Amino acid sequence: MTVREADKRVLQTPFHSRTSALCETNLWSPWKAYTVVDCYSVLTNEYFAIRNATAVFDLTPMTKYRITGKDGLAYLDKLMTRKMGKLSPGRVMYSVWCNDLGHVLDDGTVFHLKENHWRLCSQERHLDWLLATAMGFDVDIDDETDDVTGLAVQGPTSCQTLKTMNLQGVENLKPFQLKYFPFDGTELMVSRTGFTGDLGYELWIAPAHAETLWDALFAAGKPYGILPIGTHALDIVRIEAGFIQAGVDFVPALEVVRAGRGRSPFELGLDWLVQFDKPVFNGRKALLEEKEKGSRYRFVRLDVEGNKPANESFIYNGKKEIVGHVTSATWSPSAKMNIALASLDMPWGRTDDEIYTEVYYNRELQWNRLMARCRVVGGAFFDPPRRRKTPPLNY
Amino acid sequence: MSKQYDVIIIGAGHNGLVCATYLAKTGRSVLMVEANKQVGGAAITREFSPGYSVSACAHLLHLFHPQIVSDLSLTNHGLKLAATDLHTIALAADGDHLTLTRNSVNGNGLSASDRTAYSEFQNKLRRFARIMQKTFMVRPPRLVHKNMTDLMNLAKLGLSVRMLGRDDMRELLRIGAINIFDVLQEDFQSELLKGVMGFDAVLGSNLGPRSPNTILTYLYRLTGQLHSNGSAISVPSGGMGAVTSSLRAAAEAAGVEIRTDMPVKQVLLDVDTVTGIETNSGEQINSAIVVSNADPKTTFLKLVGARNIETGFVRRIDNIRMQGKAAKLHLALDGKPKFKGVDENQLGHRIVIAPSLTYVERAFDHSKYGEYSNHPAMEISIPTIHDDSLAPTGKHVLSAIIQYAPYDLRAGWESQRESFKQLIVDKLAEYAPGIKDQISASELMVPPDIEKEFNIHGGHWHHGEYTLDQFMMLRPVPGAAQYATPVNGLYLCGAGSHPGGGVMGLAGRNASIEILLREKVA
Repeated sequence: MTVREADKRVLQTPFHSRTSALCETNLWSPWKAYTVVDCYSVLTNEYFAIRNATAVFDLTPMTKYRITGKDGLAYLDKLMTRKMGKLSPGRVMYSVWCNDLGHVLDDGTVFHLKENHWRLCSQERHLDWLLATAMGFDVDIDDETDDVTGLAVQGPTSCQTLKTMNLQGVENLKPFQLKYFPFDGTELMVSRTGFTGDLGYELWIAPAHAETLWDALFAAGKPYGILPIGTHALDIVRIEAGFIQAGVDFVPALEVVRAGRGRSPFELGLDWLVQFDKPVFNGRKALLEEKEKGSRYRFVRLDVEGNKPANESFIYNGKKEIVGHVTSATWSPSAKMNIALASLDMPWGRTDDEIYTEVYYNRELQWNRLMARCRVVGGAFFDPPRRRKTPPLNY
Repeated sequence: MSKQYDVIIIGAGHNGLVCATYLAKTGRSVLMVEANKQVGGAAITREFSPGYSVSACAHLLHLFHPQIVSDLSLTNHGLKLAATDLHTIALAADGDHLTLTRNSVNGNGLSASDRTAYSEFQNKLRRFARIMQKTFMVRPPRLVHKNMTDLMNLAKLGLSVRMLGRDDMRELLRIGAINIFDVLQEDFQSELLKGVMGFDAVLGSNLGPRSPNTILTYLYRLTGQLHSNGSAISVPSGGMGAVTSSLRAAAEAAGVEIRTDMPVKQVLLDVDTVTGIETNSGEQINSAIVVSNADPKTTFLKLVGARNIETGFVRRIDNIRMQGKAAKLHLALDGKPKFKGVDENQLGHRIVIAPSLTYVERAFDHSKYGEYSNHPAMEISIPTIHDDSLAPTGKHVLSAIIQYAPYDLRAGWESQRESFKQLIVDKLAEYAPGIKDQISASELMVPPDIEKEFNIHGGHWHHGEYTLDQFMMLRPVPGAAQYATPVNGLYLCGAGSHPGGGVMGLAGRNASIEILLREKVA
C-alpha cells in the first residue's frame, strides 16, 4: 500500500534527503505538519557544535506569513505589542502579539524584507487571527510556510562558514539585520538571527534550492566543525539564552481552554516588548489595566542548587507553600549551572526571596527527592560577547 | 475650533432623540447630528408620490414605551394616536378571515378549542413576556464583573422566573429557545390561525417559523401588549414621523441642538478615547462623549474604524447577524381597496397575509438561497382610514411589510425590483381583486434601499437579529452590552443595544441612564 502525496499527514522538509541520511539515531518528532530530527547522533556533540563550532538546524516548519501592502507597518503596529514603526527595510524585530485580554498568542520575528514586504515567523499558526486583524487595513496576508525553507547556522565559526560559501560581506551583518545574496541562480536571504543566544545566522531560500544550499553549506563548513543538530540540543541552548517557547513556557492564548491560563507579556518577563506610545494595538486596554493593578505571575530565570534538572517541578517558598512551577529546565554546560525558567505567583520571585524547587530523580529505581534552593538570575545564563560583535572574530 | 458640547449624538432616530432629551434634561449641552434632511431615522413619514405620504419604514406603533411618553411629555409635544388597539385580520383566500385581538380570535369555521387555546396561549406567553419586559427597563447584567447592580438585576430575573411557579417555569424553559412552528402545532388546529401567529414571530427578522428562537421573538412582540396604556397596536396621527416630530419638539424644548443633513465621516479619537466627530463636510466638533444611534457595524467598522479597535472586538462586531430580509411596499390608491370578506370597519386594522405556517416557511426557504419569496407573507396597514393628512381627499395609501426579500438577492435587485413588486401586487390582488386598477403610484423598498435611505448596515431595521446569541448581555456583543464600548467616551443608544428595536425607545433611555452613571461631568 502506498500513501498518496496529498494524503500524507507527516510532511518531509526539502532537506529530508540530507537530514535522514545523517540521522543515525532515527529519533524524529512532529513539528506542525513536518517531521524533524530530535538528535542526529550524540546530543553532547550537537550541543558543543553550537557553542564551539557551526551547527545547522532545519527550521523549515517555522510558520511564515507574508504581509504586503501600503498599510503593512500600521497593521503590524496594531498586531504587535512592540512599536514596529522603527523597523526599516533590511531589519528584523522580535515581538509578541496578544489577544484582547492581553494574553500572548505567540512570539516571533518580523522581517522587513523590502519596501512594503514583511515576513512574520512564528511557531504557531495564526492565519485566522492575522486576517481578522487586517480588517480596515490595506494589506494582504499569505501563508508562505511551504514556499520558503530555512536553515539556522549558529555558532562561533558560523560566519567563517558563510564567508567560505562566498557570501561576500556577510560578516558586516549586524544582529537583527538581513541581506540578500545571489546563490544557485536565485536569491538567498541571510538574517543575523537565531534561537541560540550565540553568534548565528538564518538562511532562507525557495525549497527547490534546499539540497544545493545544504551541500554547499556543509562543504564550506567542514574545516569549521559543522554539524547538523536536532531539537534536543537547540532546547538546551535556548534555555541557556533565557528564550521562552510557545506551548512550553506559556500556552498560546488561542489554545487556552480554562479561563485565566494565558499569560501576558508582563507575566513572561517581556515588559520591554510592550510600548503604549503608539496607536491602538491588541491587548492594549488589558495591559494598561494590568500595569496599573499589577500582574498575577512573574516569570523568572533560576539558578538551581545541585545538578539535577528541575523539570516540571513545583516551587515552594520558605514556608513550604507552593508559589509556582518550573516551565523549562536543564543543566547548562556553558554556564556550568543547573538552570530553569519558572512562572511564580506574585509577589514571589524577587531577587532575595527564599524559594526552593522540589526535584525528583531516580537512581536505579530508587526515587530521591531534593528541595533545591533557587536563586533568581537577571538576564541570560549564557551571553557571550560574540553574539553581538560585528564583524565577528575568526575563531 | 468650534463650540464644545458635553455630548454629541450621531443619528436622530427615535432612540437618539430619546437619549438626547433625557441627557439635556439634566443640563448637559447636547448636539445631535443627522445624516438625512429630516429627523426620525426609520420612524419617519415622507412623500413617495406627489400628495401621498407614508411611514417609510416602521408603520405601526406597538412597542413604544409609555414611560417615555410621560417622562418626555410627548403628548404636550404633539404626539397623537389616530387609532389604537388595532385588531389583526388574518386574510383567507376564500374571504373567511380571522380577527385576532389580545385575548380572542374570531372567524367562521374556527373551532371552539382553537378559540380557547388562543386565549390560554396568549395569557401564558404574556406571563413569560412580562419577565422579559422587566429586563428591558434596566441595563443587561454582565456576568463576569461582580457588580452589585448587575447581580441584583440577575437575581431579580432568576427570581421572577422562579415565581412563575413550577408548571409555568418548566414550560418557559421548555419552549424559550425553540421554534414557534412546533409549539403552535401542539395547541392549534386552524392553519390560518397558526400562520398569522407564526408570522408575528418572524416579522422583520431573518427567521422562518421553524427557526430556533422564534418563541423569543414572539415574546418580544408581546411585551408591547403589557404596557400600562394597553394600546397594543396603534397608528400615530401623521404617520410614524409624527412620533419622532414630537420627540424632536421635546428634545428642542430640553435644549438639544439638532443639525440635519450632516453625515458623520468619522469619530475622532486620541488613541482609544473619543475627542469628537468629523462630518463629511470636514467640520470637526469636539466632545468628550459621543453617543451613536447608528447600528453597531456602522458605528465601529465605519465611524470608529476597525483599525482603532482590538481584533477580538472587531471580530465580534463583524459577526453580528444583521442582514435585512423584509421589504416595504407603498401604494397610492384612488379609493379604498376591497379585500374579500373584509368590511369597511375592518379595513383600518392590521391586515396580514400568512395563510399557514408552511406558507411562511416556504416563503422563507427562497430567501435562504438568495431568492425572493414566490408567495410572500405580508403585514398591511392602510393609515389613511384613520388619518386623512397622508393623501388627497378620498384617496388612500397602503403600506406593507413584505417577507422575504434577501439583502443579497442572487440575481441583483436592480434587475429584479420591478418583477418582485409585480409579484407582490399580484399576491395582493388574490385577496383584493380590484386593487390593481386603483394603484396610481407605487414604491418598493428592498433591504439595500433601506440600508441606503436609513443608513442601516444590511438594511436590518432592528440593527441585528433578536436571537439568544444577540440578546440582553450579548446585544450587540459582549464588551458593549451596557451601552459603553471599548472606546472611552463612546456609547451606543440604538436598536442594536438592549433591549432592541421596534420603535420602543428604551435603548435610548437606558443608554442615557448609563451615561449619567458613568460620566459624572458637567
